[in-house]
Amino acid sequence: MFSKAFAVFQKDFHSEIRTRYAINSLAMFIIVAISVILFAVGQEKISEGLTGGLFWVVIFFTAMSGLSRAFVSEEERGTSLTLQLTASPSTVYSGKLIFNVVLVFCMNTVIALLYAALFESFIIQNFLLFFLSFIFGNIGLAISSTIIAAIIAKAGAKGTLYPVLSFPILLPLILSSVQLTLFALDGTTVADAKFELAIVVSYDVVMLTVSYLLFDFIWKD
Amino acid sequence: MLWKIALFIILSFVSIAGIAFPIVENPQAWYEFPNIPGLEENAKIIFFHVPTAWLTIIAFLTSMIYSFRYLKRKNLDDDAKAYSSAQIGMIFCILATVTGAVWAKFAWGAFWSWDPRQTSIFALLLIYGALFALRSSIESEEKRATLSAVYSLIAFVTVPFFIFIMPRIMKGLHPGSADDTNAGPVVNFNMNSSMLLIFFLSLIGFTILYFWMWNISYRSIIYRDKLNKHLIRG
Repeated sequence: MFSKAFAVFQKDFHSEIRTRYAINSLAMFIIVAISVILFAVGQEKISEGLTGGLFWVVIFFTAMSGLSRAFVSEEERGTSLTLQLTASPSTVYSGKLIFNVVLVFCMNTVIALLYAALFESFIIQNFLLFFLSFIFGNIGLAISSTIIAAIIAKAGAKGTLYPVLSFPILLPLILSSVQLTLFALDGTTVADAKFELAIVVSYDVVMLTVSYLLFDFIWKD
Repeated sequence: MLWKIALFIILSFVSIAGIAFPIVENPQAWYEFPNIPGLEENAKIIFFHVPTAWLTIIAFLTSMIYSFRYLKRKNLDDDAKAYSSAQIGMIFCILATVTGAVWAKFAWGAFWSWDPRQTSIFALLLIYGALFALRSSIESEEKRATLSAVYSLIAFVTVPFFIFIMPRIMKGLHPGSADDTNAGPVVNFNMNSSMLLIFFLSLIGFTILYFWMWNISYRSIIYRDKLNKHLIRG
């Protein structure tokens, strides 16, 4: 089963490499978003807490801009029906999920590097905590975004509806992750941050289970 | 019919009692409430704020249960029930937010301070709003029912995070948060017994009212749909 899901991932990966549409537009979006924030901040000195929050603002909007492509592109190109015939729903979901996880990791690594370079208050003191919250937060972001992308791909006003539907679902993740980023910037130990880490990990597990259970209903026409 | 009259009497009693019963230092009679320093007259809002918040959750739970049933049985009546429950839940969610903000103004000084529990009721507002936005963007009836059922289930899974886990763990102003040293659960059961009586009557009365409103609402939706499809003559 895993190799079939990997095959779906490879199909998406190869078509992305061929056109490089998503990567280019996401890279430009990240640069534009960070530039807007830098211009808006200007010469003001922003605190550590504010920088950590702005980090997640850029992550959220980049995710909203780029992660719906996994399913919307299938609908737009008309290949959705073919995919339904060739693979079982959980295989399709797994493949799209792997693609979105890879995309989210690439995206967020770039954002984190740019933030470390451009914002002077973004100095990570507890790197292990940052790394853990990075991994689990990204996985949670990818899982929720993928299932909501599957829902809106079948609906009407896709572009505007995607952030509207995703934000309430992602809110527990965003609140806990912002808190964890602040802890990592402050230098809090992993032991002190265990509640927020537990929330993020349990969010990941719960959303993954629910997505697998419900994807069949979304996918089948 | 009898239960409707009884409901009317209970809710009128609760409304009058909740607003008019005096707050005194040492309550002697059964109709006097104790004076809690810092809250004084404002304590009475608990009779209206907690039931509306409770009903928001009940409405959402009902909506989720009927969404689940729709996914199993594909009966559009279940979708009508889920939708009407979401509509009523939205009304009570707005009421809970407003009464909570009014109470916050008196107790904490500002209408809104992004306390974890305030954030969670706001998140519930967003979930309901997103559900209605999703429903209005789909034309086909079955697809609308299926997708809103799936979204309702996904959203309901995040609700325990909002309502039970995060407000207890994170620091905040609302009773029951990590900062709160005296109360454990959300409701402090050490309330004076006359307040407790009115409180539980209010809770029960509002719950029965919700089920009545929901019943009328979904029946009217089902009849309207059948009329539209000419299955019954109008």
